[in-house]
Amino acid sequence: MITPDRIVPTTCPYCGVGCSLELHIKNDYIYKVTSPFDAIVNRGNLCVKGRFGYDFVYHRERVTTPLIRTKAQAPGARTQAFERDQWREVSWDEALDYTADRLVEIYNRHGADAMAVYCCAKATNEDNYLLQKLYRALFRTNNVDHCTRLCHAGSVVALQMALGSSAMSNTAAEVIHSDVFLVTGSNTAETHPIIALQMKAAVEKHGAKLIVVDPRRVEMINWSALWLPEKPGTDVPVFSAMAHVIIRERLYNEEFVRRRTEGFEDFSKSVAKFTPEYAEAISAVDRNLIVRAARMYAMAKNAAIYWALGIPEHSHGTDNAMALIHLALLTGHIGRRGTGLNPLRGQNNVQGASDSGAMPWHYPGYQRVDDEAAARKFEQAWNLEPGALNRKLGLTTTEIMSAVGPGGVRALHIMGENPMMSEPNLNHTRQMMERLEFLVAQDLFINESGAYADVFLPATSWAEKDGTFTNTDRRVQRVRKALEPRGESLPDWEIVCRLAERIEERLGRPRSAFWAYAGPSEVLEEMGRVVPEYAGVKYRRIEKQGLQTPVWDEDHPGTPHLFTETFPRGKGKFHPLEYVAAVEMPDEEYPFILTTGRLLEHWHGGTLTRHSKLDDLYPEARVEINPADAARLKIEDGQAVRVSSRRGTIVLRAWVTERTTAGVVFVPMHFAEAAANLLTIDALDPLAKIPEYKACAVRIAPAKKEELARPEGKVQRGRY
Amino acid sequence: MPDVKLTIDGEPVAVPTGTTILKAAEHLGRSIPTICYHDHCTANGLCRICVVEVSGVGPLVPACLTPVNEGMKVTTASARAERSRRTILEMLASAVDLSEAPEIQKFIGEYRAQGARFPEAQRREYPVLDDNPMYIRDYSKCILCWRCVQVCAADAQFTYAINFTGRGFETGIGTFFDKPMPETTCVFCGQCVGVCPTGALKPKRESLLEQGLRPDEIIEATRGGGNRRGKPR
Repeated sequence: MITPDRIVPTTCPYCGVGCSLELHIKNDYIYKVTSPFDAIVNRGNLCVKGRFGYDFVYHRERVTTPLIRTKAQAPGARTQAFERDQWREVSWDEALDYTADRLVEIYNRHGADAMAVYCCAKATNEDNYLLQKLYRALFRTNNVDHCTRLCHAGSVVALQMALGSSAMSNTAAEVIHSDVFLVTGSNTAETHPIIALQMKAAVEKHGAKLIVVDPRRVEMINWSALWLPEKPGTDVPVFSAMAHVIIRERLYNEEFVRRRTEGFEDFSKSVAKFTPEYAEAISAVDRNLIVRAARMYAMAKNAAIYWALGIPEHSHGTDNAMALIHLALLTGHIGRRGTGLNPLRGQNNVQGASDSGAMPWHYPGYQRVDDEAAARKFEQAWNLEPGALNRKLGLTTTEIMSAVGPGGVRALHIMGENPMMSEPNLNHTRQMMERLEFLVAQDLFINESGAYADVFLPATSWAEKDGTFTNTDRRVQRVRKALEPRGESLPDWEIVCRLAERIEERLGRPRSAFWAYAGPSEVLEEMGRVVPEYAGVKYRRIEKQGLQTPVWDEDHPGTPHLFTETFPRGKGKFHPLEYVAAVEMPDEEYPFILTTGRLLEHWHGGTLTRHSKLDDLYPEARVEINPADAARLKIEDGQAVRVSSRRGTIVLRAWVTERTTAGVVFVPMHFAEAAANLLTIDALDPLAKIPEYKACAVRIAPAKKEELARPEGKVQRGRY
Repeated sequence: MPDVKLTIDGEPVAVPTGTTILKAAEHLGRSIPTICYHDHCTANGLCRICVVEVSGVGPLVPACLTPVNEGMKVTTASARAERSRRTILEMLASAVDLSEAPEIQKFIGEYRAQGARFPEAQRREYPVLDDNPMYIRDYSKCILCWRCVQVCAADAQFTYAINFTGRGFETGIGTFFDKPMPETTCVFCGQCVGVCPTGALKPKRESLLEQGLRPDEIIEATRGGGNRRGKPR
């Protein structure tokens, strides 16, 4: 029996739920993880990643010394270096001097538009705040983005347009106070496991009714009263038909519509054509199910909507999210406990990274970069001369990648992200990465993207640094240093500050934007001075339990649910919608719709979980295919198959299962050896610029067992 | 809800209807020993260590389950209750490996229970089950408190991967058809590990560290020997 040297309370670094952890440590080794049973978010419960997924901290392939490529890289001929002998170990001084020299040289030669940075939704608020400050204040560029673009950008834009907000309106645990809740585009049991427990308890113990709208037969359907199995990309017709029924049967909340919304008349006319029959013809959902779902949602006392990336990750993702917002505006199921519009955020700190300004159109706190007053405010805060900050909207994640090349983006700094796994149409991404003139990787491992870099800056893991994460329901929680940094690795915020000082010196700036923080708490203090919603968030207030933003001042108790009296933009606004099909629809050549997503056991591009025992639990990619389709193609469960789209091909094992509906196949996004994003299409939503990860056309054919990355292996799992 | 008035060890207390004797006693700052009980789980009164005496009631009653009644007179530490607790502890110690159950060890000390009182007792001894990458199951240490079964079911996870098996002395915790964990509905959340009071369920990493492996050796023991994923072939 091991007696711990210390037990350190902190916050889980995986998903947006934000579970409280206690790390049990012996000789600097995390041998056990528990959670306090009074933890506000997760009540002592964890998922497999939260409880067991931390051995990556000690993985021998983790980089703990700064590295510079042995062979100089040239734009257009950049190569990947996974092996250590392709890198030279250097001192921090050499690595940072080299990085600053190259970045400043490119900036002086090509200007602000040549610079770009990917911030990181895994890193802390403090890390992200500083990195965006570096690129905005020193390189005068707004080409600052992170993976929020690839996940909830459509939801954020729709919420901004309709309500003026961009976060979950309610606290996830309030689901037990809902009579009815609708879950769509979310495999909650695998992607937000602890919220799924609360949902299951809401059904089993509190009598709530669950409606699931999803093309996959996800686990939550086992708890649902209704399942609407739509074809991918047909959310607008399905939800607009629900609105149609709610208006036709006068089930909407007339008082709420009159008092708190605008644009109802036009909207009402716009949904006249979205009859359940019309929606059935497009979505393949039985018209009666649509009517029943509409009645169930509208007639509830308190009804909530939860959604994840199945809604925004479409070329019409903003419209999809808007169609959901309409349901809440019609029925008034918002602004009270147990109601609301709840986009479940993916990453542990995607809410926080967005709040911290890691976005191309906004300074911290969603203050627009093209707003003169906002720009002036940040010039003052960062000690810059008037007019210093760039007023032009920056490029988004996908736009940055497409803009690489002469006259476009020349230098890219990636903190923690892995575009070579997470961008759509990876063959295109690869060409773009090869064209970069200079690439900085700041990470724990040399992943598929870092392998292209000129210089590798080794960061600490979350267990080796202090900071804060903001979870999906806007709760700012503490991350604590539990271990000394491994090797020479440094916390991201410190790497950014050391680099910024060197860049500032080389640029010869007369006044410093200030980088000499004593610690992350000072960074959050500075952020609180420029972001009103964070003004009252102080480390000393969140040592025991996090606070939910907005926290307007130091006496403010935080905000469990938003919009009680009003919306940030005043009245909620309806936006009439049209049905737009996915960009690529199945045809004779590519007859299946591919949809992509996550598994319980893995995380995104796999940089962490595939360096963990989690990989033993689920070691390979499998394509889910419906038994009817498999029988027609003579594909057996476990057999190797080749999945091809117009953009790429992968070989992986087939999983013949009713988890997916006929005509739809599913591939998880985590496995580099069968990367789902080689297949996906880089079509973007026109407003949010989010790619259409959830629908493209593919074909499937049997392949040889030897073509598999691991012919001998097979996932042995009995879970749903 | 109206309060119920009762006395515990002669001290009056008023608590809401439905409160258990255990919680009413906590209200007075009086602790009654518990083993199978956990604030996070449904109480089942399995271990009976929490038994107390109630005036006018013949048998001892489990405090974790019994709701208070108006005018109830509870004695938490009568000689009869203490003898009962001591015997329960002695029987547990005679059959189960309690070496990693510090709370039970503490009670054994407090109640002066004689671990060797039943020298003829058959010990419950089973091979350690090491069938998955996340946790081990050492049922020689299991006292059948049922917490793991309950958190796997409706107390937390709704996964129903484990349950009681067997009858009488053969009662154990197991999977359907004795399948290894990866082939069950288990999602490896480890809620069961989180509530196990005796070290019968333990993270694999902790177990390997106990066996003297270094952190780098533990990571080498992963399936790919710690090889990078997605390495170009």
